[in-house]
Amino acid sequence: MLTLERRPQPSRTWSAVAPVLAVVITMIAGGAMFAALGQDPVEAIRTIFWEPLFGEFASYYRPQLLVKAAPLILIAIGLALGFRANIWNIGAEGQYIIGALTGAGVGLAFYPAESMLIFPLMVLAGALGGWAWAMIPGLLKVRFGTNEILVSLMLVYVAEQLLAKMALGLLRNPEGRGFPGSRNLRDYPSAHNAELFANTGIHWGVVAALIAVIFAYILLTRHVLGFHIRLAGQAPRAARFAGVAPARLTLICLGLSGALAGLAGLFEVAGPAGQVSIDFNVGYGFTAIIVAFLGRLHPVGILLAGLLMALTYIGGETAESNLGLPAAAIQMFQGMLLFFLLAVDMLTHFRLRWKTAEVA
Amino acid sequence: MTLTRILGAAALTLGLALPALAQDKTKVGFIYVGPVGDGGWTYEHDQGRLAVEEHFGDQVETVFRESVPEGADAERAITQMALQGADLIFTTSFGFMDATMAVAQKFPDVKFEHATGFKTADNVSVYSARFYEGRAIQGHIAGKMTESNIIGYIASFPIPEVIRGINAAYIHARKVNPEVEFKVIWAYTWFDPPKEADAATALIDQGADVILQHTDSTAPQAAAEKAGDVITFGQASDMAEYKPTPRVSSIIDNWAPYYIARTQAVIDGTWESTETWDGIAPGMVEIGEITDAVPADVREEALAMIEAIAAGEYHPFTGPLNKQDGTPWLADGEVADDATLLGMDFFVEGLTAEIPN
Repeated sequence: MLTLERRPQPSRTWSAVAPVLAVVITMIAGGAMFAALGQDPVEAIRTIFWEPLFGEFASYYRPQLLVKAAPLILIAIGLALGFRANIWNIGAEGQYIIGALTGAGVGLAFYPAESMLIFPLMVLAGALGGWAWAMIPGLLKVRFGTNEILVSLMLVYVAEQLLAKMALGLLRNPEGRGFPGSRNLRDYPSAHNAELFANTGIHWGVVAALIAVIFAYILLTRHVLGFHIRLAGQAPRAARFAGVAPARLTLICLGLSGALAGLAGLFEVAGPAGQVSIDFNVGYGFTAIIVAFLGRLHPVGILLAGLLMALTYIGGETAESNLGLPAAAIQMFQGMLLFFLLAVDMLTHFRLRWKTAEVA
Repeated sequence: MTLTRILGAAALTLGLALPALAQDKTKVGFIYVGPVGDGGWTYEHDQGRLAVEEHFGDQVETVFRESVPEGADAERAITQMALQGADLIFTTSFGFMDATMAVAQKFPDVKFEHATGFKTADNVSVYSARFYEGRAIQGHIAGKMTESNIIGYIASFPIPEVIRGINAAYIHARKVNPEVEFKVIWAYTWFDPPKEADAATALIDQGADVILQHTDSTAPQAAAEKAGDVITFGQASDMAEYKPTPRVSSIIDNWAPYYIARTQAVIDGTWESTETWDGIAPGMVEIGEITDAVPADVREEALAMIEAIAAGEYHPFTGPLNKQDGTPWLADGEVADDATLLGMDFFVEGLTAEIPN
């Protein structure tokens, strides 16, 4: 019979093959689901994976992929640093919201003054906001030994309440006829995270995401901090002997991931979203966790995973409006991707063996 | 190909096609905030879409996107539709306002219709329904039927449309029952069945025996049914599966005539940017069957009020009315103007709930 046997070492081959295999299996299982819904499975899969990249309107979709992937990559890069060191920041969604609030708040405070300095100040405020929000679980953990998973997660709901409070109160557009939501930053040039190339939608957040990938790569491979992060995750005891201070590492990892999530929030609120509104956040902070693992917690992997995730979103949207697929089917499809990735992932750590049953 | 070139090409084809539109299918797109199966708000918009398909047959093709988040993703969803050749796009939630305006600017030849907003452009119309007329009827029935004198209200977002509804319902409940008290829960969502069910249960626990809702799912109806002895009203859609109780009546949004008329205008080339706010009289707001659970005399009164509103003899916001803080708003016999109603950000006197800000 078929049994699982733990490998002495995680398989490098499987680690690399797993994501690709997971995508292929998802295509097959997803295709079967689409067929069950009465759609042509090949056409549906083609629409999701091919249409945004090479279809009729690819020139619009390709840069949109980067726009959609940017916040995911930015957040996932930060999370991955912590995850590698066994520091679990699950509340990036909250840090994303706070970054957007502090960043947009700084911009709106200057309204209607125009200055080159306003946008850089907003970027700084966004990063600081996210950092500060992540410091709460960080300090509580270091000082009182609380669990950062629970604290950071619960702070997401606090942040959501704050967001609603701000959209209805302090940051509300005074010319908005009583409707909630701030001024639209698109109409305020100094604070607008405008597109860098005409008609692409590509904004500073995309640039920041790419820079973050490069920095994280250098940090992990060349810098002593990266070594400490990896060591703390793989061998906590050895790390302590090597002089790694767990408290310091916790604060650095949570702070970095918080700041990056805050940045993502700022770029989003000042760019594609345009305004602080009650339902500004759409779950990037949680999706980024998936992206981080899909990318094997490796900066380049995260870059690719973020783009793949963006492709399933945008391709999924295309399939929805072109083929009339229900939104739930697309969510199922994305869920399958994760499910199969985890399933295939098992082969990195285990191998399948045929065992003949012993005769008693 | 760049976007500008696509746009250019699109404009050119549209320009060339205009005289010969009769042979060309007109493409009408719909952007929904919830799933088409929500049984409420989005469901009724989708019924409107289906009515367009049925009315025009092969002449028109419709497309839709459901559960579109209100924010950055909305702009892409609308752009996508415009790129794929939609001639007319209905964006059916308040939160799509700025996204609609942004896309409309890039596609001057596509017509846009935004529901419940206030920003217009040469190619952007706004439309909404005077739901408060229906709320007045609900308030009347609720005030008459409550025994605990506590009426629960599941509000979504504190925007004028929702505040208007609470005021209209309260004014008419108090008129027939001075003891009545409104408890309001702000759910901060249009569609979230578990959250809506929680809100309904919380209100029932606080003694409410009537639940009014401004959220889109049937979850509050189910919660009321479970609790027993609680009545509700269908929101946006008839929610007939909960007849005769807990659902004793409903407000039905009937978008079909408007959608058909606007599509016809695009086909004829007579479409113009307009601001539409229709109520019971033109049929955009319908009152669903008042069931036998409502005493006959109350039903008669409700039907009479519907008739008076439809005939223009009665306006639900007629003075004397004071604002919540006691400052006078409308003098005796004075009727509220549309501008105040559209931007309504205050409760009327007697309401004890607060508008969050």
